[in-house]
Amino acid sequence: MKNFVLGATSSIAILASTVAFAGPEAEVLHWWTSGGEAKSVAVLQEEFAANGGTWTDMPVAGGGGDAAMTALRARVLSGNAPAAVQLKGPAIQEWYEEGVLADISSVAEANNWAEVLPASIAGHMMCEGTWCAAPVNVHRVDWIWANADVLEANGIEMPSTWDEFNAAAEKLQAAGVIPLAHGGQAWQDATVFEAVALGILGPDGFRKAFVDLDMDTLKSDEMKAVFDQMRTMRGYVDDNFSGRDWNLATAMVMNGEAAFQIMGDWAKGEFLAAGKAPGEDFLCASTPGDGFLYNVDSFAMFAVEGDDKRAGQELLAELVVGPNFQKVFNLNKGSIPARTDVPLDEFDSCAVLSSEDMAASSDGGSLLPSYAHGMALRGAQSGAITDVVTAHFNSDMSSDEAVQMLADAVANSM
Amino acid sequence: MTKWLEEHTPKLVLAPSFIAILVFVYGFIAWTAWVSLTRSRLLPRYEIEGFIQYERLFDSPRWDTALNNLFIFGLLFILIAMFLGLILAILLDQNIRTEGAIRTIYLYPMALSMIVTGTAWKWILNPGLGIEAMVRSWGFEDFTFDWLVNPEMAIYTVVLAAIWQSSGFVMALFLAGLRSVDGEIIKAAQVDGIPTWRVYTAIIIPSMAPIFLSAFIVLSHLAIKSFDLVIALTGGGPGYATDLPATYMYAMAFSRGDIGQAASSAMIMMMVVFAIVVPYLYSELRSKDG
Repeated sequence: MKNFVLGATSSIAILASTVAFAGPEAEVLHWWTSGGEAKSVAVLQEEFAANGGTWTDMPVAGGGGDAAMTALRARVLSGNAPAAVQLKGPAIQEWYEEGVLADISSVAEANNWAEVLPASIAGHMMCEGTWCAAPVNVHRVDWIWANADVLEANGIEMPSTWDEFNAAAEKLQAAGVIPLAHGGQAWQDATVFEAVALGILGPDGFRKAFVDLDMDTLKSDEMKAVFDQMRTMRGYVDDNFSGRDWNLATAMVMNGEAAFQIMGDWAKGEFLAAGKAPGEDFLCASTPGDGFLYNVDSFAMFAVEGDDKRAGQELLAELVVGPNFQKVFNLNKGSIPARTDVPLDEFDSCAVLSSEDMAASSDGGSLLPSYAHGMALRGAQSGAITDVVTAHFNSDMSSDEAVQMLADAVANSM
Repeated sequence: MTKWLEEHTPKLVLAPSFIAILVFVYGFIAWTAWVSLTRSRLLPRYEIEGFIQYERLFDSPRWDTALNNLFIFGLLFILIAMFLGLILAILLDQNIRTEGAIRTIYLYPMALSMIVTGTAWKWILNPGLGIEAMVRSWGFEDFTFDWLVNPEMAIYTVVLAAIWQSSGFVMALFLAGLRSVDGEIIKAAQVDGIPTWRVYTAIIIPSMAPIFLSAFIVLSHLAIKSFDLVIALTGGGPGYATDLPATYMYAMAFSRGDIGQAASSAMIMMMVVFAIVVPYLYSELRSKDG
């Protein structure tokens, strides 16, 4: 198989090398293939073509990027990596350690990326001091969404502490409304868990636990309190939640069957697509507690041969971080621009709130990577934590046991 | 020249498939075994580090669950599917008029892919949509059938769907076996006034031993490589309560960038298959020699 791929790709390479310098070209591997996402990528394609580039699209759908990563592995092993790949978080550095990423520092410095990107997000784009990736957007993960009518009918405000949330949930349950719309898939369990953890551990505790993997924090009483709150919240979920997709949970909030959902801002896209208005039909707020959990999509730049390919890669990097693409792409996708100097006039109120919070938490040092969405840890470690979180949420495991299992699982994943 | 060709044609014709199998089956088994001894993460590495991946594997509670599930699922699936298949075959063997139609009906689930079976059963077993909701709508408000969302019971829903899918196929195997038993013996037994159930337990079933063995081998490898059914029916959940070794391996290799773990779990799966297949091959080969 490997030899076949090698043979096939090298014959393509021979064909390509007979063509003279044909202007910048870039092959882009991504899995933005569904409606709004595909539209967002098309924006970049057009802009790339308008600047004289030739775009080779390589969309690999399926498995939340698993299929694309398999394709990437085959391409890298055969020595023919695409110019840019949709990658995020520590996976970028993991690929860098395999020695296959390119250095795009010249573009980054010429366009002043260090000034326009928040420091902690810029950190993800750097490999040992050089720039190796370009950020596309910032999704906030620690959102709580609510049905405005349901809250009003029951006399409930958006909760600002977890105790308030619990009190509101009890009240809703008594009124016959499902307090929390949730889908029982491991990543959704992890999404709720990290929002709770951020609230209870605080930004510093969260960093110690899920970025530094500090054993004392992982086994601390605060972590037990996080699992206690998860157990409480298990009671606020309907019985039928196993395996439910996140957008179905969002629909439950939309039609008033449920009151709240804890989910990243891609849920906003569902509300907007259904013609709901933020602030009127649905409410958005950060989950109780300080801090901001981000999930940043980015393009990692792989080392490529040939001037036209390198030119294409640099042009692509420049456009991706350029203000126009950052605005148009994020309007389509529901996220906010990674650069802080993009005017937000056309964005909705939730996005504006998200952007203000990002700037404030960046200054306050509480702008943190989402562990559940692969921003804070490598796959093996975040997977090990998610295993424990989902096993605890879906059984009657005690918090003491869960904390012990968490520490063991993290140690075992190293 | 023609003589040489005559002698060597079979070898020449078989050579490509022989080489392909050597490389793509045995070559890759060897490759996986090698990688399982390394610290490979995102991409394979080739420095041998010993049995570290196997230690990690057996320290992992998720792998424990996966192996336990394989044991529960394999055992129940094989036994019940064989038992049901045998009963169905015996009932069909009573010279009933519509045998052809009934046989087709029972065989049809086999024509579905496991993904379809899994998705259909997911809806049937979903407490909010399926059996539970239906019975409750008849007025039995307390009726509960929530196996699909209950971590203790979810693995049994996988067993249920797999049995539904495969017992018709086992029935067909056994029916062929029943038909191959010499009619004279049965008639002789009937002349002697032996009751029908004794004819089955004492004569027909013992003479079908090879069929039992083939059914067992087919079902056990279906059980061990089961993957799509779990993905479609439960997605491995609730939590990871219905993980099987195959889904564990997939998660490690393709979602978590932990190729070493994936390789070591694949090796364990292969050993389980060998533990079943090798005694079978051994007995087959020996009986041919004798």
